[in-house]
Amino acid sequence: MDIESDAPTRRMSFGQATVDAMRLAMREDKRVIVLGEDISWGGNFGQFRGLLDEFGTQRVIDMPISEAIIMAASVGAAVTGLRPVASMSFVEFTLGAMDEIVNQAAKFRYMFGGQVSVPLVLRASDGVLRSSAGQHSSSLEGLFTHLPGLKVVAPSNPADAKGLLRAAIADNDPVVYLENKKITAKRGPVPVEDYRVALGSAAICRPGTDLTLVTYSVMTGHALSACRRLAEMGIEAEVIDLRSLVPLDLATVLRSVAKTGRLVVAHEAWTFGGFGAEVVATITSRAFDLLQAAPVRVGARSAPIPFSPALEEEVVPGPDQIVEAARKVMGLS
Amino acid sequence: MSTIDGMTPDRAAHIHRTMVRIRVFESRVEELFKAGKLPGFVHTYIGQEAIAAGVCAALQPDDYITSTHRGHGHAIAKGMAMGPIMAELYGKETGACRGRGGSMHVADFSVGMLGANGIVAGGLGIATGAALSARYRESGQVAVGFFGDGGINKGTFHEALNFAAAHRLAVVFVCENNQYAQFTSRLRTTSVENLADRAAAYGIPGITVDGNDPNQTHLRSMEAVERARSGLGPSLLNMETYRFGGHYVGDAEVYREASEVEDRRQSDPIRTWERALSDHGIMTEVGLKTIWKEAEAETEAAVRYAENSPDPEVSTALDFVFTAGS
Repeated sequence: MDIESDAPTRRMSFGQATVDAMRLAMREDKRVIVLGEDISWGGNFGQFRGLLDEFGTQRVIDMPISEAIIMAASVGAAVTGLRPVASMSFVEFTLGAMDEIVNQAAKFRYMFGGQVSVPLVLRASDGVLRSSAGQHSSSLEGLFTHLPGLKVVAPSNPADAKGLLRAAIADNDPVVYLENKKITAKRGPVPVEDYRVALGSAAICRPGTDLTLVTYSVMTGHALSACRRLAEMGIEAEVIDLRSLVPLDLATVLRSVAKTGRLVVAHEAWTFGGFGAEVVATITSRAFDLLQAAPVRVGARSAPIPFSPALEEEVVPGPDQIVEAARKVMGLS
Repeated sequence: MSTIDGMTPDRAAHIHRTMVRIRVFESRVEELFKAGKLPGFVHTYIGQEAIAAGVCAALQPDDYITSTHRGHGHAIAKGMAMGPIMAELYGKETGACRGRGGSMHVADFSVGMLGANGIVAGGLGIATGAALSARYRESGQVAVGFFGDGGINKGTFHEALNFAAAHRLAVVFVCENNQYAQFTSRLRTTSVENLADRAAAYGIPGITVDGNDPNQTHLRSMEAVERARSGLGPSLLNMETYRFGGHYVGDAEVYREASEVEDRRQSDPIRTWERALSDHGIMTEVGLKTIWKEAEAETEAAVRYAENSPDPEVSTALDFVFTAGS
């Protein structure tokens, strides 16, 4: 559903917007339950605040710090008639449930010949938040996008956070919903009405003619600030917020590249082997003739995210790196 | 050894028939695999039949089970027809999973068989989740998670037992202790001699059962299932048995003495049960022979069904990755 531009909105944080989505989904469909660590207390980032009071312990289930059972129980519940939302506070914690995510959730439908769907959502907080260090700062979307059978979304603002979570919960397949820690507290206008943002629909959040800047999650904000500086240099970048990585809205990216002939892909995840490589490779092989310059990727340098603020800033990309990449693809550096 | 004191003659005969059907099916699978007719590889259930047959006879049709890489026996015992199982082993479109899963992923959700699972102890959390779902839906269903003496050392075993116990979920954890975790004796790898002792850590009953005696496998399951269904929570049943074959068909079995296997084959659970059935006048010699003959005919029909079935259309290779229209 598209959001009407004049629909009434309320300012709220990304985290509150996800609570809104949870509440709407749980009111609408009794099959929706939530399983996660610390969720009675509202979750690490307030993403579940108030749900226990409204829906009770039968539907809002505090789980032991046992990621494998959080995920496996969600799969078991999903294939027997429920629509669980599993929560892992930090995306690194999903690694303790990788068998359940990769070998069970993602493969059940295919392996069992289509006789069952696995309608579940895995919510996890990712990305860098000042000096969270190696095990609480990663962006692991590339692990999930690599796996057939998983859908992956990574919203960049409160309105999309609500609409994408509604869509993810309503979807019949397992969806990994990545919420970046740095933007969880970020506020923005959120339509009051109930709406869904279709999985696989990118948003053009800034039109431009000189280059296409493909991004998602926290880097969308960085891309927009980079664009202000680029505009001062006379470069008009078109910013595409993918919102959903699987399914991927390739058509929107292709249309933009056809117009601009130049491509930059930016994410906070490591550049090497990252999702940006997939976007660049796909666009290059599909639209080589449209490109006027080699595409450029922006991402984290290949090191675990360091604790030292000075080192963290060195490894993790921000607006500066996007400006630099844009200049490079424009042949200016 | 076996006495029949806690079940009706019909139940005793039903369990026997299930055991024989599994034995005949699995023996044929072994032949077919050795003849190169089946792709992949297969793990047979021969020797452990009293467990699947005894446990599943304690379940209602809508109860759930999750199975292991050695899952054909569970599939048959839970009510799957042989034809679709065999066709799945052949990788055919008419297979239970339309040839996409094969031996280690046989499943039929319509009979509560939530899948064989190629990951050791992979089904335990799924069974626990199914029980959580049953509790929430107030359906009264029970879930059984089958696993082995290898699976008991997986973290997922511990995570599942803790959570199921904490919420008193209706799960029965059935350990088929066949003495070998893949190629390694459990005695070399496991902290406890009696695997049922592990239940104490989770405050649930842990009961060791003669897994080759249907009287034991069935009656102890009836009790655990009843306990689960009435809301008292999960149990761990350690069913002692023995894997007559190797880890998979073709396993050179260098890790155990042939004499050990020969010795254990002498106490074949099916033959023992047949003696008990005869002694109690429940089955005649002729009646027993008929059961074997019927199982052979059923198995042969399944082989014909599989062999006459088409391969999946290659154009459908990417079907079922996601739900259509989702």
